[in-house]
Amino acid sequence: MIDHPILTVDRLSLWYGKSRALHDITLHVPEKKITAFIGPSGCGKSTLLRCFNRMNDLVDGVRTEGTIQFEGQSIHDPQLDVNALRSRIGMVFQKSNPFPKSIYENVAFGCRIQGINRKRDLDPVVERSLKSAALWDEVKDRLHESALGLSGGQQQRLCIARAIAVEPEVILLDEPCSALDPIATAKVEELMLDLKSRYTLVIVTHNMQQATRVSDFTAFLYLGSLVEYDETQKLFINPAKKQTEDYITGRFG
Amino acid sequence: MNGKNRRADFSGRAMTWLTGGTLAFNLVTVAGLLALLVWHGGGAFWPRPIVLVALTDGTSVMGEVHDREEIPQERGAAPASRIKLKVGNRDLGGAEFRWLDESLIASLTRPPDAVVAERMEWGNLYGFVTATAEDGTLTVKTAGGEEKAVPKGAVVRLVRPNALTLAGKLGVYAARLREFLLDDPRESNTEGGIFPAIFGTVMMVFLMSFAVLPLGVLAALYLREYARQGLMVRIVRIAVNNLAGVPSIVFGVFGLGFFVYTVGGSIDRLFFADQLPAPTFGTGGILWAALTLALLTVPVVIVATEEGLAAVPRGVREGSLALGATKVETIVKVVLPAAAPGILTGMILAMARAAGEVAPLMIVGMVKLAPALPVDGTAPFVHLERKFMHLGFHIFDVGFQSPNVEATKPLVFATALLLIAVVTVVNLAAITLRNRLRRKYTTSAV
Repeated sequence: MIDHPILTVDRLSLWYGKSRALHDITLHVPEKKITAFIGPSGCGKSTLLRCFNRMNDLVDGVRTEGTIQFEGQSIHDPQLDVNALRSRIGMVFQKSNPFPKSIYENVAFGCRIQGINRKRDLDPVVERSLKSAALWDEVKDRLHESALGLSGGQQQRLCIARAIAVEPEVILLDEPCSALDPIATAKVEELMLDLKSRYTLVIVTHNMQQATRVSDFTAFLYLGSLVEYDETQKLFINPAKKQTEDYITGRFG
Repeated sequence: MNGKNRRADFSGRAMTWLTGGTLAFNLVTVAGLLALLVWHGGGAFWPRPIVLVALTDGTSVMGEVHDREEIPQERGAAPASRIKLKVGNRDLGGAEFRWLDESLIASLTRPPDAVVAERMEWGNLYGFVTATAEDGTLTVKTAGGEEKAVPKGAVVRLVRPNALTLAGKLGVYAARLREFLLDDPRESNTEGGIFPAIFGTVMMVFLMSFAVLPLGVLAALYLREYARQGLMVRIVRIAVNNLAGVPSIVFGVFGLGFFVYTVGGSIDRLFFADQLPAPTFGTGGILWAALTLALLTVPVVIVATEEGLAAVPRGVREGSLALGATKVETIVKVVLPAAAPGILTGMILAMARAAGEVAPLMIVGMVKLAPALPVDGTAPFVHLERKFMHLGFHIFDVGFQSPNVEATKPLVFATALLLIAVVTVVNLAAITLRNRLRRKYTTSAV
């Protein structure tokens, strides 16, 4: 079914303290496609997403079992540099979180972390990233103004530009449109379809229409378990499991 | 229904009056305090007219009128008053001030050629210049008829206040103000300027800031970013808050015992052994005073920094980490800049507190008179072991420890006004800096 998995999840379980949030999840995320995780609130889809760049490490009392392989290497390998992993697997959050810095510095942040500090190296990266995020035309005249002055939708696209700037291979999007109006949402969705040619995208969404509009593959999670994972078309038109059908037709959830 | 409404309305209005009235009272009190200081302190340098008073017994005295009060009389008697005359001429007469009953005054004139000679020693000399020798020595004849020769170098300023125009008076005012701000004190601090005290206060506050900023910020970073939040951290936080309430003199005692005797004494034994038993660092000095005050104010900085750090949204930290930044990079590049306005607020509070603190300094290096500034032209230029003067202590010293309390009363107000001005300037500078940082890092409330 999936020819080139970039992320391979094998029997992954996760506990927050004593409560188990993920149950034996096994799935393959295909390269340069958009994969959507859907499911009711609290089903573990964000938790699963945050496993990929090990953001769950930041939470006290988290324990995992099973493996996640990124391009064939386990991300839990003690040899692996977590910060390097995170610069290869970027993330965009539910609530836009620009740094309290200028627009330019927001985009340049990841490069500066990697030691790229010269203006003539940074300028093209900033321009390219903002263009990729379809934000360049709106902000090119005020690159050095505070990023907090942007609108919500612009801030979210800035966060995408910031993630793109470090040239990651995968971009994780955690409900990126939940705080945006329909027009801003449409822009971000369009942007995701553009980015698909160069990056692997994994998106968590509450919005099933969004999943059908943008994703190639969809995983349905329920109570921490993976119920069904298939091509989006197939999953929505002809779900294999009754639970999936009930959820996507709105009978529960 | 109606009654209930009326009650709610009444208590609402009453509360408005109570709260608003209390605020108004506070404001009026502060305004009154400032007005008093400006009036007495600012007026201290204005040239007063010299009056020549002829008394009914045939003698005459000359000086400046400083006060006038009613004499308490028996019921029915005619009201009577007396004036307080600053007669100066301490080397001739003794007392600097005299009370004169107005009933004993035959005449009161303002001779235009009356002079007041402000001298390096013995205070003011009131009289008439009768001769000027070639070397500049003045011969001054007092109202009592005595003649006094004053060498030129002994005169700071010779003023004929009665003959001065408004511009002339302003000139004298400016000259006296300049002397007050920029010169060294004379005559056990009763005259001259207070520049060493201004310099000592400002330098001590800045030294304190350099010490307290890293101490407070690093401690707050540990408490907020690194420590596992639990009982221990809660206890430490409560202890830090209580530390802010410890009487300041206790910090002074600690500073004396730890910084001066232990640290300073060790430095002396190690590096200045040839000078012993005369202490170099093993005695009070500006460095030990600054460090003592840094300990005193560190809780303020810790609390403000912690609040600043707590206000940085979690999402911003995660955003930085998700871009591959380490925790240290996240703190240095994202969290601290975002918390900078909060940290500066803490610094402002700390500096204001330090500038006004007197008690602990009295035992760790502040002195009544230290004309040798902690910074000068001889190597190594900055002398942190030196004792220093401080405006707060100067107020106390001039007002209550001076040999001439009456004469220095205006200086008390002027010094207090200046202390407020110094604190205000330091605070305004810090507030401006904070607001610029705020504008830089936030433009909207997100």
